[in-house]
Amino acid sequence: MHELGIIVHVMRTVEEVAAENNLTEIRSVTCEIGEVSGVVPEYMIDCWGYARSRSELLKDSELKIEIIPGVTMCEDCGKTYSTVQYAKICPHCGSSATYLLEGNGFSIKEIEGA
Amino acid sequence: MKDFKVIEVKRSIFEDNNADADKLRAELKSEGTFLLNLMSSPGAGKTTTLKRTISMLKDEMKIGVMEADIDSDVDAQAISETGVRAIQIHTGGMCHLDADMTRQGIREFGTKDLDFVVLENVGNLVCPAEFDTGSTKNAMILSVPEGDDKPLKYPLMFSICDVVLINKCDTLSVFDDFSKEAVKERILKLNPDAKIFFVSAKTGEGFDEWADWIRTEISEYQK
Repeated sequence: MHELGIIVHVMRTVEEVAAENNLTEIRSVTCEIGEVSGVVPEYMIDCWGYARSRSELLKDSELKIEIIPGVTMCEDCGKTYSTVQYAKICPHCGSSATYLLEGNGFSIKEIEGA
Repeated sequence: MKDFKVIEVKRSIFEDNNADADKLRAELKSEGTFLLNLMSSPGAGKTTTLKRTISMLKDEMKIGVMEADIDSDVDAQAISETGVRAIQIHTGGMCHLDADMTRQGIREFGTKDLDFVVLENVGNLVCPAEFDTGSTKNAMILSVPEGDDKPLKYPLMFSICDVVLINKCDTLSVFDDFSKEAVKERILKLNPDAKIFFVSAKTGEGFDEWADWIRTEISEYQK
């Protein structure tokens, strides 16, 4: 499963950040997931539930997810539009010369701990 | 009562892996080991293609194969029969390899004396494309029975590959709706620099060109 691999990355990063900041308990981890990143938020939550029990630091933590909308830019008319709604064809001018501006990323935004 | 505070992290998971992959690529370069990340869907003919490739090149260079699979060691056994070193990496249920897993495999395998190492990634056209393994080059195999529309359905995979092998060309007479021109055009639209070879691992068609590509890449790399 794709999401499990990502969760392992997230846990590793959070553990590093916790060590740097002398945190011994994490209450929540907030991730930003791009709408078109291919990562399924529901699966992330499920995987987190499974993975956190294996970490002393994270066992009581909650995974919070914020969705970053997919935005596509049209090279011909210079306007932007929703990637999920219109995919590759610009709804303003009908051009196919478009590229994804944002929404395919995946990052850890912040962690809350003590 | 513990004093909880919020710490901004702002770290991209994919970027972390990319940085790790770049580091591994540099380590391999200093050792002169060329790592080819080979991807495809299940059943496209990765192992058969590898076996034929190995038989053509094994007298010219030192080759090793790392087989990544969710479970089983069927592929590693098949490769060992060709006489080159092979190791099986179990991903433990995961659908792809990342740079850290690749590094662990490389260190366990011991690749310092090898010229050409092939990493046979998990059979899947989605996830392996998103995680840079730290390989020198990326290759993928698309087989004729899968259809010429695959570049449209899995654009990321086709856009990150340096080379695409269109395998099972001996079946073109059966799958006569597969258009070589269409598949080529679709791949090049996503990735204008992609090298495309039409091959058959069964008959050996197209393998001279493919083996030449590997020879040239490795000799340039080791200069």
